Amino acid sequence: MENIRIPVTRVEGHGLITLKLDDGGEVSDARFHVTEARGFERFCRGRALWEMPGITARICGICPASHLLCSAKAGDAILAVRVPRAADKLRRLMNLGQYVQSHALSFFHLSAPDLLLGWDSDPAKRNVLGLAEDSPELALKGIRLRAFGQEIIEALGGRRVHPAWAVPGGVRSPLPAEARDRLAAELPAARRTAEDALALFEKHLPEWQEEAETFGAFPSLFLSLVGPGNVWEHHDGLLRVVDEQRRPVAEGIDPARYFDYVGEAVEGWSYLKFPYWKAHGYPDGLYRVGPLARLNCCDSMGTPLADEVLGRFRKVADGEAVTGSFYYHYARLIEILASLERIEGYLGDDDLQSERVRADAGINELEGVGVHEAPRGTLLHHYWVDENGIIERANLIVSTGHNNLAMNRTVAQIGRHYLTGQKVTEGLLNRLEGGIRAYDPCLSCSVHAAGSMPLKVRLEGPDGEIIDEKGRR
Amino acid sequence: MITLEIAGRQVQALPGQTILEAAEAAGIHIPTLCNLKGLTPRGACRLCLVEVTSWRGKVVPSCATVVEEGMTVVAHSARLRELRRTILELLFAERNHICSVCVSNGNCELQDLACELGMDHVRVPYRFPALGMDASHARYVVDHNRCVLCGRCVRACSEIEGAMTWGFAHRGVDTVVATDAGGPWVDSSTCTECGKCVEACPTGALLDKGTSVAEQVKDPEVVSRVTERRPRA
Repeated sequence: MENIRIPVTRVEGHGLITLKLDDGGEVSDARFHVTEARGFERFCRGRALWEMPGITARICGICPASHLLCSAKAGDAILAVRVPRAADKLRRLMNLGQYVQSHALSFFHLSAPDLLLGWDSDPAKRNVLGLAEDSPELALKGIRLRAFGQEIIEALGGRRVHPAWAVPGGVRSPLPAEARDRLAAELPAARRTAEDALALFEKHLPEWQEEAETFGAFPSLFLSLVGPGNVWEHHDGLLRVVDEQRRPVAEGIDPARYFDYVGEAVEGWSYLKFPYWKAHGYPDGLYRVGPLARLNCCDSMGTPLADEVLGRFRKVADGEAVTGSFYYHYARLIEILASLERIEGYLGDDDLQSERVRADAGINELEGVGVHEAPRGTLLHHYWVDENGIIERANLIVSTGHNNLAMNRTVAQIGRHYLTGQKVTEGLLNRLEGGIRAYDPCLSCSVHAAGSMPLKVRLEGPDGEIIDEKGRR
Repeated sequence: MITLEIAGRQVQALPGQTILEAAEAAGIHIPTLCNLKGLTPRGACRLCLVEVTSWRGKVVPSCATVVEEGMTVVAHSARLRELRRTILELLFAERNHICSVCVSNGNCELQDLACELGMDHVRVPYRFPALGMDASHARYVVDHNRCVLCGRCVRACSEIEGAMTWGFAHRGVDTVVATDAGGPWVDSSTCTECGKCVEACPTGALLDKGTSVAEQVKDPEVVSRVTERRPRA
């Protein structure tokens, strides 16, 4: 009996997959290990509340804006202020820019090479450069789309990576009129790219049925924020949980009460905790977050074009929840379109040039929770401070953590379907990675750890001996 | 007038002036950190070290050494560069200076010195002392992690404001700046809340409460502006 271990690439961070085989050579269990630990929650202690957005933004170079905005919201709760209307809109605009850049990165740079060049194609070319060789126009447009998202972040925060612009109480500066005009001029091209990518995905979807049915296709709960009337939400709102038939399991939950509903299990073989829906127990309380969950949880997107595509998305599961994690890609493309539609609305809003963007207050609560939908899913920052605003304790629950159980089940499913014999083949290796990549995980964020993500796969026998191991950096 | 040579140039100075003052008047740059115009020199940081050739190459702090007739001063040499850089590395290693998340990032004299002296890495092990912040004051915060013990706050407080709130507590490597006889800043009975200590501080050790990363901009020249406007006794 054996274990297959596979290192994962083209995701953020370090990971290892172990496939456990039974005496018959079939996959009996699979584990997705996150092999880094960092300790942000520890070294934030003793720092001032106002520094927290800037500090936690450093958790990640891909989604710094998400941590920044979520941390600022936890700060709002501790100051007990409502941020000025303009500041709320500006924060939302930054998050939409973050969605565009992160989702474009996930689809065009990280996942499109598998989808469009083929799962079994030459690994040396199965990357964004290979894609540029094969479909130069698509690759270039994808890179430009990501750049557009980053330009929004830069226009607001002064820099593309690690802006320190959102603060407890609001933001530091409005959107300059000159930047607004520049972004408005670039918007139509970005929208065309998003629409083209959606059309391309929908055209090819029938060819990917085998992957769609084996990449984490199982019933589960889905959790996300929703706005009033269950409209798609990315920055505020209340938590909603639906089951595989899109029946609400819980609604109208104040995110600050998350600990009443979500438990966190710990396993000795991963640094990443395993959150679960308490009412359903562990591990049955498996739930998924992120683009797929947001689309399953909401009743509408709130913008015309995205609502039209949501109708087509719903047909995948006849109106029930789409339960295949492969469809995260589809959901991500729909969210890019929805984000661009909303960005268009904000660019025409004079509030965004308002100088009234920062509420000033002292320490009025000793505990505060910030919640936010990062591109990868629901993000929670929970701080406890002393009377002077010095952090005594911090708890961060990140999107990749929520999806931990689901990712484990996904690699088991892919292993069972694609493992033949006792060798880790290139096709198996890449599909296991692809299964993980569908979640667009950020392992750096999940353990608040740094680096790109080399993933290893190890094949282990019944007694734990290593039969085969394969990985790449 | 006194005539001396600094960095190979003939320089005129008034009796009682320091080498640093004479050099600056002549447009010769010498790196400094604890020195601030308007405050008495302290010689605490040693970054302004120069070699006095006429004193057999003795190394002295230029901020605290008075000029002499016929003196020959070397302001820049390989030896001085190495000394200054090592001093700077020791300053960085002594406390927890994390520029990326500091309120003074981009507006910090310590950071500017690291750039000026080409300090691309630190060759001594960091001490990582467990130091805290005092955010008890309504308007200002002291973060001991970023303090270089230059004493500019202490001097601004006693020499300019006359409050004598700031002083040094403990000894050696454990030295910290402290208000009154120690204890939370908010409890100080002498502090006038004038904020000159914050403006005088060269790093992010003293800051305005509520500032976030890279947001703290200081105006240390406020000290000399105040003293120049003040009537002479």
